[in-house]
Amino acid sequence: MSDKKNTVFLIVQDNEDARPIIEAVEQDNSAVNIQYQPGLVRMEAPGRLIVNRETVEEEIGREWDVQELHLVLISLAGNVDEDEDKFELSWH
Amino acid sequence: MPAKKLNLRKRYELLTRGMGWETTYQKMDDVFPYDSFEGIKITDWDKWEDPFRLTMDAYWKFQAEKEKKLYAVIDSFAQNNGQTNLSDASYLSAIKLFITGVTPIEYAAHRGFANLGRHFRGDGARVACQMQAIDELRHQQTQVHTISHYNKHFNGLHDPFYQFDRVWYLSVPKSFAEDAMTAGPFEFITSISFAFEYVLTNLLFVPFMSGAAYNGDMATVTFGFSAQSDESRHMTLGLEIIKFMLEQHEDNLPIVQRWMDKHFWRAYRLLALVAAMQDYMLTNSPMSWKEAWDVYFVENGGALFEDLSRYGLRMPKYHELATAEAEHVSHQVWSVFCSLGNATGFHTFLPTEEKMAWLSEKYPDTFDKYYRPRFEYWAKQKEEGTFEYQKGLPQLCQICQIPMIFTEVQTDPMQISYRVTEHGGDKYHFCSDGCKDIFEHEPEKYVQAWLPVHQIFQGNCGGPTLPEVLEWYKFAPEDSGDYIGSQDHARWQEWKGADKKVKEA
Repeated sequence: MSDKKNTVFLIVQDNEDARPIIEAVEQDNSAVNIQYQPGLVRMEAPGRLIVNRETVEEEIGREWDVQELHLVLISLAGNVDEDEDKFELSWH
Repeated sequence: MPAKKLNLRKRYELLTRGMGWETTYQKMDDVFPYDSFEGIKITDWDKWEDPFRLTMDAYWKFQAEKEKKLYAVIDSFAQNNGQTNLSDASYLSAIKLFITGVTPIEYAAHRGFANLGRHFRGDGARVACQMQAIDELRHQQTQVHTISHYNKHFNGLHDPFYQFDRVWYLSVPKSFAEDAMTAGPFEFITSISFAFEYVLTNLLFVPFMSGAAYNGDMATVTFGFSAQSDESRHMTLGLEIIKFMLEQHEDNLPIVQRWMDKHFWRAYRLLALVAAMQDYMLTNSPMSWKEAWDVYFVENGGALFEDLSRYGLRMPKYHELATAEAEHVSHQVWSVFCSLGNATGFHTFLPTEEKMAWLSEKYPDTFDKYYRPRFEYWAKQKEEGTFEYQKGLPQLCQICQIPMIFTEVQTDPMQISYRVTEHGGDKYHFCSDGCKDIFEHEPEKYVQAWLPVHQIFQGNCGGPTLPEVLEWYKFAPEDSGDYIGSQDHARWQEWKGADKKVKEA
């Protein structure tokens, strides 16, 4: 399992509100691996994973507050860095 | 011209800085009497930062929205008789264990964080703890509201909080929570936010809630995920507090490491109950305990501790043993419940052929060799009418309070793991080196443990016979025993039979 030593992940609900976030993650994180499990979607990536506000807004066609992520969030791993424009997970 | 909207960082700073002040009428040490005796040195509380930067107005807004969504689902679940869509009513044993064993821990966490929200000297940390105290209360309440629907139709759900303080297996989560609550504030937050929530909570909520989804339990999925959205914030707080303590002073490292070792082991032992829930009590399991352990502890815990190694923090002691035990614990715990099934507040049942085939596949090195023969033997006895529940009461571990069921998995998996130490002329018994170490560091604390078996023998639990003890637990006779033949089973058959008739008509 040594190749997975620096995995960060973001788990969200498998629902309509989460879909644009999942699509935005897919677009902005080339190394992301997305797994669908009952009720939830797990997105994992080596070292770093980012959710960009702009990408989500393009998906949904309205303004999106990064903190709306809280409504569908289930779990995460990594150090969190959040501001107006992005939500980022990373290991140092 | 309207004032320019402040950015997130600025708004969060306004909320959490300057709300506190250096007191002059009273000494700061008198105002905050509990945050120094543990030996943790904090030189600058302003260095505290909550990465989520959630302001109070945003907190209320998002929490209100989560509640609206949850209660809409709960209403619709009740209106549409959602309980009839479960995979099987035996699944509810997991929910009975959850409401009696986990929900009261949420309430204990609420109390603990309310205490920290008053007693941390830093205002940023106080605000984070106050929000978490409200979250934990919300979790307890939403779990009670959601599961109360099942209480209308099934047995064993009627008095979880009363039972939490008395029942033999519920002393496992109770003693875990109270161990943390009776420690100082820094140890409490290391225990609950870091060891439990960051390192191990994914093992409880993610596969279990996914399991609820897999078994048609829409109500539990919804409260579970609603709680988890707060949990992500709590986990982040846990990681933040660890980094904060380690960055503040080098003397903090050995103290934090010892707490990490202790509370990892405490929380891990508690999760043995979850292992049994996941592998045996869920009718359909989306993921085995072993698989969940590999993903959420070995892999993610590994990444986490690699990240923290820059502060000198290492993996918790005995983590290799926990990983080796992942092949065994669920089978051992479920065996105990089945052998004492006349004294549980939920129904027990032997694994079906289908379940055993799944277990063989998930545990190729252990299930067929060590555990299948046991379940098949009991199944044969039940068929012949010779099966008997255990008559004696089990020896409990002084620390985790679990019966001595764990074995020497690294050397001889059929040998009970048994440790003993002496203190003040008395002998104390343990299930593992992890639990023994915890005792030996603070014997004065743990000699006071309220051990259910000892209490029964001392005459403090309603009387010397099983029916008297069960009555004292407020277990009704219909709450215990085999699922097959129970009132829950009969009700389920009736519904499913009725369902069939409707389809035929």
